[in-house]
Amino acid sequence: MKNQKTRTIKVDALARVEGEGGLTVKVRNGAVTDVELRIYEPPRFFEALLRGRQYAEAPDFTSRICGICPVAYQMSAVHAIERAFGIEIPAGLRELRRLLYCGECIESHVLHVTMLHAPDFLGYESGLHMAKDHPAEVTRGLQLKKVGNQLVTAIGGREIHPVSVKVGGFYRVPTRQELRPVEERLKWAREAALETVRWVSRFEFPNFDRDYEFVALRHPGEYPFNEGRLVSGSGLDVDAAEYERHFVEEHVPRSNALHSSMKDGGSYMVGPLARYSLNFDRLSPVAQEAAREAGLGPVCRDPFRSIIVRAVETLYAVDEALRIIANYEPPDEPAVPVVPRAGTGCAITEAPRGILYHYYRLDDDGLILDVKIVPPTSQNQKAIEEDLGSFVQKHLDLEDQALTWRCEQAIRNYDPCISCATHFLRLTVERG
Amino acid sequence: MTIKRQSKPKLAVWKFASCDGCQLSLLDCEDELLAIAGIVDVANFLEASREVLKGPYDLSLVEGSITTPHNAERIHHVRRVSKVLVTIGACATSGGIQALRNFAAVGDWVPLVYATPSVIETLKTSTPISNHVPVDFELPGCPIDKGQLLEVVNAFLHRRKPLLPSHSVCVECKIRGLVCVTVAKGIPCLGPVTQTGCGAICPAYHRGCYGCFGPVKGANTEALGTVARRLGASHPDLVRAFRSFNAAADSFRRASESHEKSED
Repeated sequence: MKNQKTRTIKVDALARVEGEGGLTVKVRNGAVTDVELRIYEPPRFFEALLRGRQYAEAPDFTSRICGICPVAYQMSAVHAIERAFGIEIPAGLRELRRLLYCGECIESHVLHVTMLHAPDFLGYESGLHMAKDHPAEVTRGLQLKKVGNQLVTAIGGREIHPVSVKVGGFYRVPTRQELRPVEERLKWAREAALETVRWVSRFEFPNFDRDYEFVALRHPGEYPFNEGRLVSGSGLDVDAAEYERHFVEEHVPRSNALHSSMKDGGSYMVGPLARYSLNFDRLSPVAQEAAREAGLGPVCRDPFRSIIVRAVETLYAVDEALRIIANYEPPDEPAVPVVPRAGTGCAITEAPRGILYHYYRLDDDGLILDVKIVPPTSQNQKAIEEDLGSFVQKHLDLEDQALTWRCEQAIRNYDPCISCATHFLRLTVERG
Repeated sequence: MTIKRQSKPKLAVWKFASCDGCQLSLLDCEDELLAIAGIVDVANFLEASREVLKGPYDLSLVEGSITTPHNAERIHHVRRVSKVLVTIGACATSGGIQALRNFAAVGDWVPLVYATPSVIETLKTSTPISNHVPVDFELPGCPIDKGQLLEVVNAFLHRRKPLLPSHSVCVECKIRGLVCVTVAKGIPCLGPVTQTGCGAICPAYHRGCYGCFGPVKGANTEALGTVARRLGASHPDLVRAFRSFNAAADSFRRASESHEKSED
């Protein structure tokens, strides 16, 4: 190969992700010299437009950051504000919130596993193309995703931007009777989710791994959704209130989403791989067994295998939803009384794509004075860029077209939500 | 003699400033999606496929509002390659929640979010697609209703007008037999001035409608303001109520501006 010759692989807009954006990898003399994940989706200024709004509007407003994981935004918002007001949520309402989160986890993960990520492993442009040769798997995936949506709808009124969540609890809680049809579907879904784990575990993986700094919530008794301390693989163990002492956000010109890093400048990874690897022992026995059968150990450092981890988490969410519904008694009151008071509050919950941090400062009337939101995808930007650099370096032998597709796949390993993070991806690989 | 095989109509889905929720509604048609893909070519839908077929497109669904100079240009390209252009959702039809910037000095906002404001390229306003190019049909909602989306796609594929209700959420409650949250519980509700399409979900969940489908034709926002004030809502409360997901829609904008000028 001639030195200094620039070989360019370019994709104008990355497909099968939520939102749009681009990427550049430069290779000179056989070495990757530069990797840029560019996020140029237009900013929508949520942190600014929330100022001066009433606390009660926060869950409805922040859900509009993302149509794929609105429940995560609602959950982080209400938990943070409840902390600011000193409100305790009773066990019954807490379980119902967990049930709602299970629905979103199923819906979001199955969309990604079946329609957005699996086509990369099987060599199709899309889930729709894949359906022609794999109709049973795609139909199963769509029906499984539908169960997640049915669960969110049963509690929240609709699947996208549900309406029932409020500070203090819910506007209305479902009756046992109303959960029965979705319970029936969840019983089918357990088998479908298990089949999905087996299906994706048979895919071919490029055998790529890195020594990530995983960051996720950890709870004394549960696989984390709504609550837990923030822990990392290297021993961090703090309350959400200390998040900003350990993580920083930085504005880099190539991205309309702020980049996050550890205080020492290092990258970290949030999302299914981190959650799974830091909480394997909190998964239900059926999910643990499915993971082992799929060839996963208690820690997974291969981002391409995140598709298996998402399938395992889907199975867990189905199992957990069935457990919660089986024990469900409608709470006497849909919400506890809320008395605003001046103060600050923050919370972290586990969105499907990883930890989602919200911080609010409120006045005595409950008006919002200041907000900070850190979505999972902005936290993963550095890890994504590092993955790409490392992956391209190891696979320089691949043809341009194949390498480009693999790079796209490596980005899709993170199920990036660019709308959340604020934006667009453009993929270019230049090499010389 | 050869019979020319009729090619399938081409469907395109475009994104501008938005949360992706409205285009997700198409992927949320779990029971219908494969059938749709059987009768149309999903020719340009980046959220679902990396394959992009060349235009022109028979039907373009446009999500999101115009908030950057680049997108103000790009929408003209989308119009040029689209035979029928339908906007989906509150962002595309009224500017969306990000149109709250239209009521503030957006220059003051950039530093609140970004440390290096000079590299952020943004317009002072968030505007609906119809402010920029001719639009063939507008489907409201934050998010849109997927049943309504299927009706719109079906209608345009068969070259007929979509059959969608044009009454208010208030009327929807009467049709569903829901107890009125305002009358029975004294909860202020935007139902009387809001376009239906959601199925009156909020009143069914014991809360007032918050207007995510935007103003119904002929909305009497003044009368609604009077009732809400009788129930204890302040002028600032009403400014906020009209100024949310469809803040820049004409009648909601006028209502919020009127309450902004009033004093309690």
